[in-house]
Amino acid sequence: MTPHIQSIIHPAGIEAARISHLWWVMFGICAFVWLAVAAATLIAIRRGRHAASAATDRQASFAVASAGVASVIALVALLTQSVVTGRALDSIRTPDALRIQVTGNQWWWDVQYENPTPSLRVTTANEIHLPIGRPVAIDLLSNDVIHSFWIPSLQGKIDLIPGRLNEIWLQADTPGVYRGQCAEYCGAQHAKMAMVVVAEPPDDFERWLTANRASAPAPVTPEQERGKQVVERGPCAMCHTITGTLAGGHTAPDLTHIASRSSLAAGSLPNSPGYLAGWITDPQHIKPGNHMPPTGLNADELQAVLTYLETLK
Amino acid sequence: MSSLRQGFGGPGPAHGVALDVGELPTYGFGHRSLLWWATASMMIIEGMVFAMVIVSYLYLKGRVPHWPPSGPGPDLIWGTVNTAILLASCAPNALAKKAAERMDLAKVRLWLAVCLVFALAFNGVRALEFTALNVRWDTNAYGSIVWLALGFHTVHVVTDFLDSSVLTALIFVGPIEERRFVDVSENALYWYFVVLTWLPMYAVIYLGPRIA
Amino acid sequence: MTAHREAHPRLTENDPRLDADALERERRLLERTWAGGRGVIAWLSEVDHKAIGRRFIATAFAFFALAGVLAALMRIQLARPENHFLSPDAYNQIFTMHGTTMMFLFAVPVVLAMGIYLVPLMIGARAMAFPRMLAYGYWMFLFGGIFLYVMFALNIGPDNGWFSYPPLAGPAYSYGKRGDVWAQLITFTEVSGLVVATCLVCTIFKLRTPGMSLNRMPLFVWAMLITSFMVIFAMPSIVISSTCLILDRLVATHFFNQAEGGDPLLWQHLFWFFGHPEVYIIFLPALGMMSEIISTAARRKVVGYMEMILSMTATAFIGFGVWVHHMFATGLPQFGVSFFTASSIMIVIPTAIQIFNWIATIWTARRLQITVPFLYSASFFFVFIVGGLTGVMLASVPLDRQVHDTYFVVAHFHYVLIGGSTFPLLGAIYFWFPKITGRMMGDRLGRISFWLLFAGFNLTFFPMHLLGLDGMPRRVYTYPGAMGWQGLNLLASAGAFVIFVSLLVYLVNVAVSLRTGAVAGDNPWGAATLEWATSSPPPPYNFTPQPTVASREPLWHSELRPPAIVGLRPDDREVLVTYLLDAEPDHRYSMPGPSLWPFLAAIATSVMFVWSIFQAQGVVWGAIPVFITLVGWFWPTKGKARLERGVTGRLTARESVS
Repeated sequence: MTPHIQSIIHPAGIEAARISHLWWVMFGICAFVWLAVAAATLIAIRRGRHAASAATDRQASFAVASAGVASVIALVALLTQSVVTGRALDSIRTPDALRIQVTGNQWWWDVQYENPTPSLRVTTANEIHLPIGRPVAIDLLSNDVIHSFWIPSLQGKIDLIPGRLNEIWLQADTPGVYRGQCAEYCGAQHAKMAMVVVAEPPDDFERWLTANRASAPAPVTPEQERGKQVVERGPCAMCHTITGTLAGGHTAPDLTHIASRSSLAAGSLPNSPGYLAGWITDPQHIKPGNHMPPTGLNADELQAVLTYLETLK
Repeated sequence: MSSLRQGFGGPGPAHGVALDVGELPTYGFGHRSLLWWATASMMIIEGMVFAMVIVSYLYLKGRVPHWPPSGPGPDLIWGTVNTAILLASCAPNALAKKAAERMDLAKVRLWLAVCLVFALAFNGVRALEFTALNVRWDTNAYGSIVWLALGFHTVHVVTDFLDSSVLTALIFVGPIEERRFVDVSENALYWYFVVLTWLPMYAVIYLGPRIA
Repeated sequence: MTAHREAHPRLTENDPRLDADALERERRLLERTWAGGRGVIAWLSEVDHKAIGRRFIATAFAFFALAGVLAALMRIQLARPENHFLSPDAYNQIFTMHGTTMMFLFAVPVVLAMGIYLVPLMIGARAMAFPRMLAYGYWMFLFGGIFLYVMFALNIGPDNGWFSYPPLAGPAYSYGKRGDVWAQLITFTEVSGLVVATCLVCTIFKLRTPGMSLNRMPLFVWAMLITSFMVIFAMPSIVISSTCLILDRLVATHFFNQAEGGDPLLWQHLFWFFGHPEVYIIFLPALGMMSEIISTAARRKVVGYMEMILSMTATAFIGFGVWVHHMFATGLPQFGVSFFTASSIMIVIPTAIQIFNWIATIWTARRLQITVPFLYSASFFFVFIVGGLTGVMLASVPLDRQVHDTYFVVAHFHYVLIGGSTFPLLGAIYFWFPKITGRMMGDRLGRISFWLLFAGFNLTFFPMHLLGLDGMPRRVYTYPGAMGWQGLNLLASAGAFVIFVSLLVYLVNVAVSLRTGAVAGDNPWGAATLEWATSSPPPPYNFTPQPTVASREPLWHSELRPPAIVGLRPDDREVLVTYLLDAEPDHRYSMPGPSLWPFLAAIATSVMFVWSIFQAQGVVWGAIPVFITLVGWFWPTKGKARLERGVTGRLTARESVS
């Protein structure tokens, strides 16, 4: 991972850039105010020690009033910049935005690309792909507790509150891979509820979308077939969905294209066979308290499952 | 006595000017007494709790299209009867307060006893009110807030009865210092508070479901 | 019955009761009347505001130490990425306990406690109003804290953060008793806070010595008065919300359950309507302490007395109108939310006025003395202001939506709370230590611990601004190594160690000074207010004779020679009750003496509170012992004796039982 992929002051999209600009303006004004007050304090201490000041109380009150007026001016400047930024942020809304629906769960993100035609919808988990240069509207729901959707490189955060529908608008402008993270304490594994955000050129994005619309490919080798059997008949199918198979559970991330994702367990692990094996064997070791129990697969079954899952690109 | 604020010339305390307070009384009524201020503070605290309950009721009401979400609102009969009893109880309460401020022991005893009869009545009817709410606390948020509102006021109605009983017992048994009369006067204030806070609660609980 | 005759106080010149011998005799009688007694029962029956104040302060600092240890554990865990020093569950309990302890068991109680100790002395009164209720407030605080920590030790400590949002904290997602423990701890501390605030308001309004009209009150007393009103108006909101949370968890109500018409955001509104004034409750007393310390160090009255009072009052009022700024990320309508941006920015102005007035006071000092208390107060201008300015940033909705719930906010509130309240508090302890104990704290150790704290604090919390800007959220038990956050986290953890050392030095200073510190006279700092007009430590009855005042800085204007009070009975705990506005004498009031009932009532209340989180009927059955102890408490037992001695009234014992 490159650094600053989750940074407020390294924006990769227009909304985050507007806020980053606001930050620097506010920082500048506030730093100046701090320096002015610090200097005044130090000078005051020096003068006070030497009993040098002959100022009357009336003059002192006048100085206080002047400083008060200066403070109000600084505050108005800060407020104005904030209002201007707020208005600019709102200007992103357009009728032909890409629409995504994200549902928060303890401790993973369900991601659905909306489309009026049901067969064109895409369901994935913990990873979001975005076309650069296009406004995106994300509908936010929660299945359990309050979470908060936050991709600092692109936009401020907003909470996912059960019983409410919230909406966030953002736009990626710089291609790259960024990281988002849940930002409202949501229980034991709040710390490990991250997501990968891939901002890519529109063509690449369309290709990704199309690939993700497909059902899981049929297994080719016997090992893959065996793995599919274990998944369908074992505990996996109770919680996970792999479209095109008998696995149709809805309380865990959709695995139909798991092999195409770059991370596991909501950004906790890289997606490689070793980590995947460790995760499947004992998820509680990596993310204690999360809702996936140890699967109890023996070595052969595990190997078969891994082989099968590798085909789910 | 404003001359105090300018101070006096003359030597300091060791040989000096004294302000002799020895003849001052040992009690004071109304805002002159410490107890009045403590009662006022408690009324603000409890008043804020009532306000929060009402605000929560209105908040929850605003979140749903129908209120109550299901079923009828509370029956009006017992709540209205109790409102009448509570308001009527202000009469012996006022008389007890006035008698206390005159330090008329016999009248204080009489009117406190009458107040207690009213307290028994409004506590009894309050129990009936709970049976007429037409919803349980665990049915939905509407039921929860209605039970909370009525329940919270009931805590006050019960404590009013209990502390008035103890005070009445004390007034009959003695010994009676002047400040006991201040206690009676302040208790009357709390009594008024319990009655007056009922009025907005009645409006919210009983009329709330009937206002669109 | 006899008609009510109005009596007036009389001025007498050359009063023999002010002779040295007469005063000495009175002192001996007063010592006997106001004595606390020895032994366990006497200790449990204590009603002297100074003893209770000392206990409150010591207990609050004990909780401060506990919360500090918890913070150290957190910093050890976060010093390295993917650390396994603490399990996720342990970390989540610990950060919850740290915040809950600091906010409810340290920050508020300690500032109220300074008021409990100092206010009666500063206003020239012999006692605080309602001493038994005050004692009850202490016991409820102590028992609440003990309850919380016993539960924590039993692994039933709360783990949903100090603000415990449902639905996470509700019955569906927080099993067992942890959430109920948190909610009931709130009840303990709110009861304690509310009774103390009531005592303070009654004392400040009605027990000020003659001559101390409202516009002659010390600024610290004003701060405690305004703070007490904030407590009275704010705490009921969390009483209601925590009650609703317990009800949701225990008896299946649906206040916060959206599936049945409830709303998780209702919790947030109710909590933060309390929660924001809470931080001003923590902050305002420290502003009062700073005024006294700066004024003393500068050897002149604070510039702008009226402006200071109006500023504190404005801060308190506006503080009730900003709470939604904690909810900017919840998706509330923009129009409503912008009001709170405006109010949250506006609230800076009164505090800024206060800051400028202090700087002006220092600027025009008559040979400023850079004492240790002054250092702690002066650090406010460098530390608190950082937090105040990041607060203005947080008031902006767009920026807040980026930095909300990140380490930027953690940095912000530690800068305002520690810079704005803890630094002044440590200076205030040092400043009033001689009055409380009779000895001075060590100067060298004082300066060392100050500079260590200043350095350690900034080392710990400044990097957190950068961590927040770099995307590190709050309340995470670990973070990935690839994020590049470990350098700043390590720095913060190192700073925490420096803070620990500084507080250790401070503690050593306290411990050593208690035994071998320089003996302090009545007024070692040359201060102006009345608490310095009596011995160090003061006698149980505070003053004799009770002084009156003729100026705002009585000890700096002794040439005015206001009269002294005579005529209060030395054989009864009499205090002088005065009128609210101008403190003219009104009547004499007999204060209750030591009593075990507050302790017993607190035990009964605690049993009821703890029982009721396990069984709903605990509320009903547990109320019976509470009722019994309250009857015991309020049933007068000294009345007959007072009547017979003629202490009270015109009714004789015989007339009364008619």
